Amino acid sequence: MRLGRGFRVGRWLPPAALIALLLLVWELSVRALGTPAYILPPPSAIVVAFGEVRPLLGQHIVTTGTEALAGILVGAVIGVALAVAVWALPLFRRLTYPLLVASQTVPMVVLAPLLVLWFGFGLTPKVVVVALIAVFPVAISTVQGLAAVDGEQIDLLRSMGAGRRDILRVVLVPSATPAFFAGLRIASAYAIAGAVIGEWVGASSGLGLFLTRSQASFRVDRVFVGVAVITVLSVALFGVVDLLARVVAPWQRAGREQEEDV
Amino acid sequence: MIAVERLTHRYGAVEVLDNVSLEIPAGGFVGLVGPSGCGKSTLLKVLAGLLVPDSGDATIDGRSVVGSPGRTAYMPQRDLLLAWRRTLGNATIGAEIAGTPRRQAESQARTLLGRFGLEGFERAWPAELSGGMRQRLALLRTFLCGHDVLLLDEPFGALDAITRRDMHEWLQQVLADDPRTVLLVTHDVEEALVLSDTVIVLSDRPARVVKQLSVELQRPRESDVVTSKPFVELKASLLEALRTGRT
Repeated sequence: MRLGRGFRVGRWLPPAALIALLLLVWELSVRALGTPAYILPPPSAIVVAFGEVRPLLGQHIVTTGTEALAGILVGAVIGVALAVAVWALPLFRRLTYPLLVASQTVPMVVLAPLLVLWFGFGLTPKVVVVALIAVFPVAISTVQGLAAVDGEQIDLLRSMGAGRRDILRVVLVPSATPAFFAGLRIASAYAIAGAVIGEWVGASSGLGLFLTRSQASFRVDRVFVGVAVITVLSVALFGVVDLLARVVAPWQRAGREQEEDV
Repeated sequence: MIAVERLTHRYGAVEVLDNVSLEIPAGGFVGLVGPSGCGKSTLLKVLAGLLVPDSGDATIDGRSVVGSPGRTAYMPQRDLLLAWRRTLGNATIGAEIAGTPRRQAESQARTLLGRFGLEGFERAWPAELSGGMRQRLALLRTFLCGHDVLLLDEPFGALDAITRRDMHEWLQQVLADDPRTVLLVTHDVEEALVLSDTVIVLSDRPARVVKQLSVELQRPRESDVVTSKPFVELKASLLEALRTGRT
């Protein structure tokens, strides 16, 4: 079943090596061309800058992380509720589906200032931004998951005398779970960036604030520190959701693992 | 006892069942053969309580099952295993719906795992099982529903010929240990003859009963029964009936 650690290392090594190589090329070319640090600092300078700002970062990370998590949570709940309504009520589907898609065409950068205007400078507008980003992939994906439920499985359960609640619990919910997580994964990849956009407009704490401050004082090295932290956080959040999906829907990997074994 | 009385049904303009009547004594095994799409599955769905026919009635021990599911153990053509449940969870689902305590249902399933060739696979996901195992698990689920009447819709249709023959011998043993009343739908004439006490031939759509044939071959019938003289004669008369049923 398990292919062991060797297999894992084999999977992670190539991308890690590529990143290392890119950083090396960056370092060497910046030095060779004598690019000034306020235009593009070398990776080594960014590492130094990271050392300087490290004591400040903790609070910013907590703020942005909280906003992202709360936003995902709210977005997921609303997304699932929308999905169920769209799936169960054809009229609701016809009414809201175009609206749902259209809502995705409004750029968040435009919406964020309005949200600050409506909800103030606190946590709320950021949570709203993240939630708005999360609702769409979760809703669309969950609708697809519900629509793909096998009608014959429902018939089989009915032949056993199952009621609506049994069918919901035994077939519908587990059947749509993988699709829900597929949507949640996408949402989680954008959540941190969404929170940062919210903070960009106005915040008293958070990575977005750290970035705007660094930019205003031309500390490009710190801007890169911020970017790196956002990237790492996003990947970590994605990883957590991925892990959660594997714990909640372990059967998803069953078929694939077997194929890998062959 | 199962009694189907003058069952008629149409899907829109398509007439599928035309005045079909049949009886299955308790503990009997009846094979229902007919051309593809003739309405065999529709008949099973009526008995499973999933489909209300246009007219006619279907009763089990005198009580109508029309529109009242939960009184038979129905096994559709596809195994329909729930991908998110392991072997044991799939096997006990009927018992779970019927409200049997989980412990009890699981221990009952465990005692039968060996009989159904699933020992050691209690914790496997359906995706990890072979085609034959999936089908046996679907049958185990059907047996564990806790009903006397089994409605089997081409249960071995998706299996290769060799596996299917093994399953025929195996199913006879299982039923010898744990007798049930079985209605088996199939389009495989040999399968029907090997397994059934009585074979009923249906015509092309709309289905009506063309012939009813009792199979008085000694049990257990092993796979070489199909080359014996009485078997070949029965098969010839069944094929003849199928031919006359085609219009």
